[in-house]
Amino acid sequence: MDMNTIESVVATTDPGQWREGDAWLAGGTVLFSYGSPVGSEEPLKRLLDLGQAGWPAVNVSDAGIELAATCTVAELYALPVSDAVAGRNWPGLALFRPCCDSFVASFKVWNMSTVGGNVCTALPAGPMISLCAGLDARAAILGRHGSSRTVPVAEFVTGDGKNCLAPGELVRSIQLPASALGAKVAFRRLSLSNLGRSGVLLIGRLDADGSFVLTVTAATKRPVQLRFAAAELPDAERLAAAVGHSIPTELYHDDIHGLPEWRRDMTFRLSEEIRAELLEPVPDGPLTVSGDFWPPHATSPQPSTQLAQKEA
Amino acid sequence: MAIEINGTATEAAPRPGQCLRTFLREQGNFGVKKGCDGGDCGACTVHVDGTPVHSCIYPAVRAEGHSVTTIEGLSNGEELHPVQEQFLENQGFQCGFCTAGMMMTAATFDEEQKANLPRNLKGNLCRCTGYRSIADAVCGSHRHDGDAASRAGAGAKGSGQLGDNVPAPAGRAVVTGTARYTLDVPAEQLPGLLHLKLLRSPHAHARIVSIDTTAALHIPGVVAVFTHEDAPDRLFSTAQHELYTDDPDDTRVLDNVVRFIGQRVAAVVGESVGAAEAGARAIKVEYELLDAVFSPQDALLPGAPAIHGEKDGETARISRPQNNVVAEVHSELGNVEAGFAAADFIHENTYQTQRVQHVAMETHCSIAWVEPSENPGEDRLMVRSSSQVPFLVRRTLARVFDLPEDRIRVVAGRVGGGFGGKQEVLTEDLVAMAALRLRRPVQVEFTRTEQFTATTTRHPFTIKVKAGTSSDGHLTAMQVDVVTNTGAYGNHAPGVMFHGCGESLAVYKCANKKVDAQAVYTNTVPAGAFRGYGLSQMIFAIESAMDELAVGIGMDPLDFRLKNMVRPGDDMLSTNPEPEEDVFYGSYGLDQCVALVRDALERGGQRYRDAGLDDLGPEWVTGVGSALSMIDTVPPRGHFAHTRLRLLPDGTFDAAVGTAEFGNGTTTVHAQLAATALSTTASNVAVRQSDTDLVEHDTGAFGSAGTVVAGQATLLAAQELAVRIRAVAAAFAGVSEAECLLEDGAVRCCERVLALAEVHDAARQQGMELAAEGRWGGTPRSVAFNVHGFRVAVNTGTGELRILQSVQAADAGVVVNPRQCRGQVEGGIAQALGVALYEEVRVNDAGKVTTDILRQYHIPSFADVPRSEVYFAKTNDQMGPLGAKSMSESPFNPVAPALANAIRNATGVRFAALPIARDKIYLALKDAAASAPTQLTRI
Repeated sequence: MDMNTIESVVATTDPGQWREGDAWLAGGTVLFSYGSPVGSEEPLKRLLDLGQAGWPAVNVSDAGIELAATCTVAELYALPVSDAVAGRNWPGLALFRPCCDSFVASFKVWNMSTVGGNVCTALPAGPMISLCAGLDARAAILGRHGSSRTVPVAEFVTGDGKNCLAPGELVRSIQLPASALGAKVAFRRLSLSNLGRSGVLLIGRLDADGSFVLTVTAATKRPVQLRFAAAELPDAERLAAAVGHSIPTELYHDDIHGLPEWRRDMTFRLSEEIRAELLEPVPDGPLTVSGDFWPPHATSPQPSTQLAQKEA
Repeated sequence: MAIEINGTATEAAPRPGQCLRTFLREQGNFGVKKGCDGGDCGACTVHVDGTPVHSCIYPAVRAEGHSVTTIEGLSNGEELHPVQEQFLENQGFQCGFCTAGMMMTAATFDEEQKANLPRNLKGNLCRCTGYRSIADAVCGSHRHDGDAASRAGAGAKGSGQLGDNVPAPAGRAVVTGTARYTLDVPAEQLPGLLHLKLLRSPHAHARIVSIDTTAALHIPGVVAVFTHEDAPDRLFSTAQHELYTDDPDDTRVLDNVVRFIGQRVAAVVGESVGAAEAGARAIKVEYELLDAVFSPQDALLPGAPAIHGEKDGETARISRPQNNVVAEVHSELGNVEAGFAAADFIHENTYQTQRVQHVAMETHCSIAWVEPSENPGEDRLMVRSSSQVPFLVRRTLARVFDLPEDRIRVVAGRVGGGFGGKQEVLTEDLVAMAALRLRRPVQVEFTRTEQFTATTTRHPFTIKVKAGTSSDGHLTAMQVDVVTNTGAYGNHAPGVMFHGCGESLAVYKCANKKVDAQAVYTNTVPAGAFRGYGLSQMIFAIESAMDELAVGIGMDPLDFRLKNMVRPGDDMLSTNPEPEEDVFYGSYGLDQCVALVRDALERGGQRYRDAGLDDLGPEWVTGVGSALSMIDTVPPRGHFAHTRLRLLPDGTFDAAVGTAEFGNGTTTVHAQLAATALSTTASNVAVRQSDTDLVEHDTGAFGSAGTVVAGQATLLAAQELAVRIRAVAAAFAGVSEAECLLEDGAVRCCERVLALAEVHDAARQQGMELAAEGRWGGTPRSVAFNVHGFRVAVNTGTGELRILQSVQAADAGVVVNPRQCRGQVEGGIAQALGVALYEEVRVNDAGKVTTDILRQYHIPSFADVPRSEVYFAKTNDQMGPLGAKSMSESPFNPVAPALANAIRNATGVRFAALPIARDKIYLALKDAAASAPTQLTRI
């Protein structure tokens, strides 16, 4: 909707230009979805437009993948089958499309919305947060006085709609390390409606060094990570205990997209499904998968459960 | 850098914070619709350099130097784009407000995307159709739906009478984006248009001590500010009924007391929306806070703040203002105590239905202006509104502003969905007040958030049910104690409460029935008319209870219903010992509906077994359930319609009707009924509608009256006109009238065939106009029936619910247009599934609505709605036009209880509160397993 309080759009990538009443404009799909309603306390006056930043959306190197904050979700969705990653042995790429499909927003919105924007919006169900946190990504942040810092995405989001940015700070890029991309991965997601907003989204990783990382998002107000060294891989009981210990009851998110008690129980359930898949794989054995988008489909979008029913 | 729109570079430049949607509309591209303005519904979908985007969240400045295609540019001139052809061919729309966005999205699909519409269309929300017709349109399928439904395709020649699938006359306008909805008025037609925005209350209950508008009036572009000091003293109700006395007079245009968060405090009129918003932001209001109460149970307690306590109950028609009771009914037929004493099994439970919103895709909006007259005192107030009830809007405006009705004209363009939400005056009074004062055109358009927080919702009901049965399955007593939450105002409170307690109970034979019901004020967003009008809430409770009674005595629930449901000859009784004097069994198809659903469920079960799909794996349990519903075909106490029909010089017909078109399909029905009586095709009958200058009166398009009341008036006019045409033709041909027969476009007089154009000419030469009028008063009334059945699977480990089969049988009498009627049923099922599974307008502890955007209020998307089997009973109604009955609200009514009953059958757990979301299913099963660990082992 119109943001009628906006007086100017300034094309800049310089945090030094930021002042009170400014907002960074990436895809605009969040800012414009809220507009400037009459009831808003401190309406925005300027948009600092990153649209002309010219940052390459994706930079692939041996170190991993660097996503510009302005990389669109559509560009991210295209990446796993693009030449840019051809020949890379990165099983972690299998997470990209399920995470994109976890957006409740249409694929049309992906043409505008950005990875950085989704991370900065910091909603529990932000699937780019799930992806980036799950792959131990770090966000590079530019400050107002020429400073810069990097923060793990898992720590960047500090609560429901809250992040660690100081006023004027700007996310420049997100670095997905090759080590995590090279890990064996698993994904689980549940929603209250078909293809709907994530109520619980868990990502698991079995790294080359044998360590196991479980990242809980959507269920919790902010990402929660559990790490187990190769020598201390958990059995079902130990994992459940660790989940219980790491996530206090009040950290489970409570909104219309899922009751906290359900999110909690589902977190335990999906954790165990992921543990079983990664740590106790049965060759060609049945996989217990609750929810959608997993196992990933090689190239095309995931068929929905609804379609499968109709065929029945 | 200019923005190119549909191949032409535009000279205009967007404002800094403007979104592409409003920019495109300012350039005259009215096919770009606002459904949510937040990126969720897709009604505004356009292409930028060929890529589909949601233009409401696309910064307009980003389009500079790019090429934008809107629906207006999808085809070039005469020839339609294939996707438009397919939407027309398959009639993939009802109100049509979502259609342009749907087509702009589908036009980009390759075959792979078409193969996964749940994913690829989940960003295009439709509230009317239930998506089946959209799927057919996108995939271009030509489906054959059995007998009547496949008889005539769109635009088929020689069709168009009773029982044909006549396409909607507006179809081409809808698929080309040229259908004019309320605000689709070119700027040049409304020079000097002003925009109105509302400052709304942040408090649930407060008295306004002072309003300082000084700063607001100094803001450039702000023209005027209206407060309670400017508003008429007159109390009225936003609810619209044939008799305004059906609703309490408890509302002012702007009041000095606010009774819910979101109530209007001041209206700011500006040269632009932005100026009006800035003005609203600059107003300073001092409030004296008052105690507030948020639940009807609390509002009934002694000492609760009296929300309308200052009003005189008798004058305002409020039952007990001091106790927050708007309306109540207490009745007992027979003796329920004796009935329960005689019962072998008694079920008692408290059922709850939640607040839900209509989510019509077009938000409330209207434009008012004053049309000057050369004669002083004869200028007229003109109102263009998104309304189901233009004639009642005129009456209400006349009453509130003390104007004679003939000095007000109200028109509705094509209306983007209603569902009862537009049987209210929620915007028209504001623009009327501003236009009368400023004598300039004034427009208001609600945001989606305003729809959720400050219009109306369905009435939440708390229903205590006690019902008893003998062991052989005969109901011995039914007792309900009902509390409805009408919110801060009593619009529709009495009607919804009474209607809810009507047919829901009357459909069962039971000598002993007791009803205690109260409609109660709270400091929350008002409830109003909603599809089903109280019935859906009560039917959820009653049909759940019937299921429990059957289970309790070990009887099949459908057998139990067959034993107890009314049959022709049985009195239909609920709160009065005498049946309604004007309600009859004009036809009866309930028994057929039960049989149709039962058979379909059995076939479905067999299909799953044959396919080896009856076992979904560990943790999955399956079940079936059903529910029935009855509805009177017309609302009580008068529902009037008037039709003017005339023969035109070219031999076609012009029908002027009052009723509004918002996707209900009544335009098609009018044309078909007239065509049938005049032995012509529907395409020869042009229908003009919803304009208070066209006909004398029309109560409006609510209470499912479009076909049975307005259609009846049109049928009577057509029958009368047919007689007159034959008389003129007989005189002209020199034969008797009995020898003259109407046939397509002509009158056959013995051997001679007179073209209707010749008959028109003959009449004209005698100075006679071949025209006729029809009037209908909505009485006597009949009853219509719906039965729904589900087969479901529930995952006990996650709460996931899968609908394996959905079946509805409808008794709509003679079906005028099977395709359209099927669409009404499918749309009703989809909307009801949303209400059963997801939708809830949540109000927090402070009385504030927290689910105020579509991302927080999930309505069914393509991915959520299964394809339903729809069957029609074969009946012929004695009351309805050519045997037809109503079928617009009622398909909604049995869906939620049928689903709850299927889940009960699958899991053993009764869900007595809506919505039955996956999280609640999981948690309830977990609780049940903990208390009775053996219960879940059944299959």
